Amino acid sequence: MSAATAAPATTATTTPRRPARLAELLLLVLALAAGVGAFGLVGVNMEEHLPDGFWLESAGLALIAIVAHVVVRIRAPWADQVVLPSVVLLNGLGLAMILRLQEAGAQGANATRNMQWSVLGVVLACLVVWFLRDHRWLRRYTYTAMIVGLVLVVLPLVPGLGRTINGAKIWIGVGPLSLQPAEFAKIAFAVFFAGYLVSNRDTLALAGPRVLGLQLPRLRDLGPILIVWAASLAVLVLERDLGTSLLFFGLFVAMLYLATERISWVVIGLVLFGAGAAVAGTVFPHVQHRMEVWLHPFEGDLYNATGGSYQVVQGLFGLANGGLFGTGWGEGYPQRVPYSFSDFIYSSLGEELGLTGLLAILLVFLVVVERGLRTALGVRDGFGKLLAGGLAFSLALQLFVVVGGITRIIPLTGLTVPFMAQGGSSLLANWIVVGLLLKISDDARRPSPLPLRGEVGPGGVLEAAGADGSAHDGALGGAGQHDGALPDVPTGAHPVTTPTETVGRPAVPRTPLPRRTPSRPDPEAGQP
Amino acid sequence: MNTTLRRLAGVVVVMFLALMVSTTWVQYGQADSLNNDNRNVRKIYRDYGNARGPIVVGEQSVAASQAVDDPFGFQRVYADGDAAAAQMYAPVTGFYSLVNGTSGIEGAENSFLNGQADALWVDRLKNLLTGEKTKGSSVELTIDPAAQEAAWEALGDQRGAVVAIEPSTGRILAMVSKPSYDPNALAVHSTADAGQAYEDLLNADGDPLINRAIRAAYPPGSTFKLIDAAAALESGDYQPDTQIPAPHRYTLPGTSTQLRNFGDEVCSSTDEMSLADALRISCNTAFAQLGVSLGADALDEQAKKFGFGQELEVPMRTDASRFPKDEASSDDRLALASIGQGSVTETPLQVAMISAAIANDGELMQPYLVDTVRDPELEVVRQTSPHKLDDAVSSSTADALTQMMLGVVNDGSGTSAQIPGVQVAGKTGTAQTTSEADPHAWFTGFAPADDPQVAVAVIVEHGGSAGSEATGGRVAAPIAKAVMQAVLDR
Repeated sequence: MSAATAAPATTATTTPRRPARLAELLLLVLALAAGVGAFGLVGVNMEEHLPDGFWLESAGLALIAIVAHVVVRIRAPWADQVVLPSVVLLNGLGLAMILRLQEAGAQGANATRNMQWSVLGVVLACLVVWFLRDHRWLRRYTYTAMIVGLVLVVLPLVPGLGRTINGAKIWIGVGPLSLQPAEFAKIAFAVFFAGYLVSNRDTLALAGPRVLGLQLPRLRDLGPILIVWAASLAVLVLERDLGTSLLFFGLFVAMLYLATERISWVVIGLVLFGAGAAVAGTVFPHVQHRMEVWLHPFEGDLYNATGGSYQVVQGLFGLANGGLFGTGWGEGYPQRVPYSFSDFIYSSLGEELGLTGLLAILLVFLVVVERGLRTALGVRDGFGKLLAGGLAFSLALQLFVVVGGITRIIPLTGLTVPFMAQGGSSLLANWIVVGLLLKISDDARRPSPLPLRGEVGPGGVLEAAGADGSAHDGALGGAGQHDGALPDVPTGAHPVTTPTETVGRPAVPRTPLPRRTPSRPDPEAGQP
Repeated sequence: MNTTLRRLAGVVVVMFLALMVSTTWVQYGQADSLNNDNRNVRKIYRDYGNARGPIVVGEQSVAASQAVDDPFGFQRVYADGDAAAAQMYAPVTGFYSLVNGTSGIEGAENSFLNGQADALWVDRLKNLLTGEKTKGSSVELTIDPAAQEAAWEALGDQRGAVVAIEPSTGRILAMVSKPSYDPNALAVHSTADAGQAYEDLLNADGDPLINRAIRAAYPPGSTFKLIDAAAALESGDYQPDTQIPAPHRYTLPGTSTQLRNFGDEVCSSTDEMSLADALRISCNTAFAQLGVSLGADALDEQAKKFGFGQELEVPMRTDASRFPKDEASSDDRLALASIGQGSVTETPLQVAMISAAIANDGELMQPYLVDTVRDPELEVVRQTSPHKLDDAVSSSTADALTQMMLGVVNDGSGTSAQIPGVQVAGKTGTAQTTSEADPHAWFTGFAPADDPQVAVAVIVEHGGSAGSEATGGRVAAPIAKAVMQAVLDR
């Protein structure tokens, strides 16, 4: 071990350099170029000159992107570098499409208003990144989050506050504004689920009988899941919002599975939801109607019926018109589809950008979601894993529900494409999700004061660990070497609060490691 | 939890793959059927978005697409918006309407006019590569504007139709139908206005939307005697100077009904006259009796050789003219059919084809309206070459019939078709419809007899302005004369 003694001497002084985040900056420039280019093309193709306020809007878009970049650089320097540019790209393309639809006279399309919401969304994301010093702080508010979530869900049912738009009672009116509280409830529920599950995962996972190879939970542990199930069905029935109902329940089942590793929960969840939906389908005519529209959209009666399949079919016409390469910005007729700028922005984009454009957009979404899941993999604490995993999955599920509805994988529901569709609530909520993910990813990717897997040999820390810049000596040496990042939460605290974790941070390679040891990392891990 | 996170990541990938597959299925797999769905307004936008080719008569376009500033991009305009001229050509051009569909050449040649015809694939490929928009091809018609105008003017306010054909080729030189309509009113993009205009035309007196020249079946009256005479000559048993019975009145076989001549005239003091004379003065009793002795089969066969029973495409589909062979198995019906009454019906085009075949040495040519189709670069895409439909009669029979028809114009029932210095052959007809209504006035013929340039058929419904006084010779023959003169004056 002659090398081992020499190496720490040289490397211990090298603190890990904060990333320059040049990749993010470069990607942001590309994303802005795409967004601004789309703005310009809309104007040039439709009016043969740049749209009114083109430079102002473009400068605004660039400014909020740069501000977000700078905030992240200061407060979350290790955060994922792909998420922010991807979301800026999606937001920019969405704004361009809304402007295009507004120019074409689509009733209700308002690009300026949506631009303002986007700015506010970015500001909220920046506030999250700036002031949320540690995502684990949220765990303290597990049950508060539950109550907040439930209140938000119930708000639209409050007489005088709730507004019914197109049959769905998912809106509340605040002065001149209409908000969809369910979008924010999504975040509250993700926090609640993460906090609840991280505390109860062992009970949920291990206790209970085995039936047909499935580890069933104990009946008394079913309480919370039944509450959520009932809440989801209540949303479905009382607010007539299948999409939100599906989103909440899917989110809960996915997080339950993440926490317990029990496929039985997924099965139970799907059976419960399927049964609930089936009963709702037979009892409530509007659910039944939705199913008919889904299965037979081209039938004349349904096509002509009020609230029938007209919108779906028009969306399909738009997509078909786009074909492989699309008509180009401003060259199609997306404004013919009702709500082309909100619920059906996917078909509008498909008509003008074609299959090529839609697949690219889906891939960008996939990158965002998988980056979120990657963050969950990397973060050290169970709460963070569940929260990041849940938030990322909620984005994927929301996209699946809305796009699946438009392309007829599932019945059409009233969700919006995150970041692209017009709607303040959706934009604000999803930008907050981005802020949270950035913050958690900063924590996940921050070089640990603890040795990584393979860095610690029987005789102590190997030299490679030093080269990686994360020798625990640094942490012990004081937080100052971390440039003041996260000063309030000493990085050394992580192992203490991190609950049961084996993967990613196995402290000491213990020879004969028993399988599935309740894997609390040894607090002494890494200590020589 | 990392295992489940990885599995969840896998699930997410599967979800996205499902979205990608479903999107591909809609935008690629189902695109064709969705794009052609009748409820898909984009289909109409797309058709309208391409500059549609013009319809050309002479050197002028009678239908053209003009760029306008609405979602459709182009407005179809007929005869530069001149309502009268547009009406004159309406039976030929038809209309191209967002709301009311298409008709006429607009419908029959749609694939060339909109540039989507299979024959234009090279142009479309070129456009795909250069990024140019598809443009329609121009369709040039055989119509002679002078003949068309002459027919339109001569028919005046009367209801009826005129068809003129070039006998040697079958080129249709004039096709007029009255009353007519202004296709500009039907082609407007406003759904309400176009729909209202169509509704008004549907309810209008005299069915202006019907192209009488090819889509109306009239009793041919005495013009059918040309077929009787042709059948007689072709049988070999008759010559133009063969004496045939021509009684004052003819009792229809098996009935007590007495058939009279027009005005109850006496055809011949001897109750007998030559075939040529019988045709010249259009003696009903003589031809009724001749038809009965020739038999229904012979008349039916001769009629078919002239084009009866066929729906032609000129390129619009025509009605088939009809000789009721089964009905004519009883001799009384056969006698009536032989003088163009009863259930025998002909389109004006069919009547013109009979004259054209006689003029063309007995060879019946396929009538056609489209001369040339040119792509936007003015390259010829398609050119119609004349095509023989049938040998209607032998050359000698044609000669004999020509001589007999000269007699009709020179010294018979059709003298008002005479053109100074030109030998005109013709045949009049006066067709009874019902006992109350005035008879239809017919004339068909060709000129010059020795070198026929134009064959023509004219019908004036219910005698036109002459009313009950109308005969083919008096009402229809002058119109035919005007059309023939217009062609000969070229």
